[in-house]
Amino acid sequence: MTDPNKGTRAEGKTATGHLDRRVAVKKLLDMQGDVLIVAGLAGAKGDVVAAVGDDPRVFGFGGAMGAAASMGLGLALAQPQKRVIVVTGDGELLMNVGTLATIAVANPANLGIICVDNEHYGETGFQRSHTGLGTDLAVMAQGGGIGAVRTVREMAELDDAGEMLRNSNGAAFVLLKVTVDEPPKMRTVWDASWHKNRFREALLGHP
Amino acid sequence: MSTEWPEVIYGLLRKGGVDQFAYVPDAGHDHLIKRSIADPEVHSIALTTEEEGVGMLAGAHLGGSRSVLLMQSSGVGNCINLLSLIRAGRFPFLTLVSMRGDFGEGNPWQIPMGQSTQPVLEACDVTCLRIDNPEEVASTISAALTMAFQNEMPIAVLLGQRLLGAKKF
Repeated sequence: MTDPNKGTRAEGKTATGHLDRRVAVKKLLDMQGDVLIVAGLAGAKGDVVAAVGDDPRVFGFGGAMGAAASMGLGLALAQPQKRVIVVTGDGELLMNVGTLATIAVANPANLGIICVDNEHYGETGFQRSHTGLGTDLAVMAQGGGIGAVRTVREMAELDDAGEMLRNSNGAAFVLLKVTVDEPPKMRTVWDASWHKNRFREALLGHP
Repeated sequence: MSTEWPEVIYGLLRKGGVDQFAYVPDAGHDHLIKRSIADPEVHSIALTTEEEGVGMLAGAHLGGSRSVLLMQSSGVGNCINLLSLIRAGRFPFLTLVSMRGDFGEGNPWQIPMGQSTQPVLEACDVTCLRIDNPEEVASTISAALTMAFQNEMPIAVLLGQRLLGAKKF
């Protein structure tokens, strides 16, 4: 069989997941309706922009790796009437896995986390991550105390996970086991201050 | 440690609109932590590491809230890379730092980070306001609130060991 990643940086790489990340993230986000989104850097941000477009209600990271989940927590506490979805990757979440415990203890009902787990650090050249070597971030989320946790391996399981994200009465966590590949880059403005002001303008009516 | 000036700080933070308190357990911030836990009007969030507070503060601002990070000087070292979020996004940022490795310190393990706390913060574009006497508390906290939230600057208020008292060993 020819490698579907032939000619990309992911050539020759394999993961246990086989979901298409762009399809799976879009399906979950489409089920959420009107939400605020914090998109972790690199691949996760690309998945979000591909799914919802360059939307004012997305704050996407270009660095500060590890901060997406905690930023989602601050936003969720500030906006209890809105649903907040954090989309992050396995590499980023591993950097601050304690944040899962912090979120579990605070347990905001309006916060959901989607972790796109391709078992690799795509941005730095597709080195294997811990999740390809036995680490299970869904178990870590459960162990941190998050009550609503799903691991999605099949497309047919997305509906249940999307429902849980939308209706959970506490913090929710979905681990998407996706294939390793390098989807097309989604270019957006780099300036985080511009994104911050645009987000606040859309949400609060002022920068 | 007097409970008068910590209560002054709490009152000023609340009057300044702060309603998210992110903290790592710490003797120097004991009163503020207890007050925030007991206050039904605020979110009091225990962190597993200080850098979570940097993300939380930025998220709070995105959502229109004001928040403060309570940490010890050693925790400043844990925040460095995430302070790039504050600078790149020009987010308002207010942290109160209880100093160790400072005036009268008796634990040599506290010296390296304590002595580098202010230079490290300043290298990350965070303006430091230092308090060593109870008389400076009200004016400094008020100044910090104005600079952080009106001027949208990153501000650290360093609570020195002259103010807190050095831990006894």
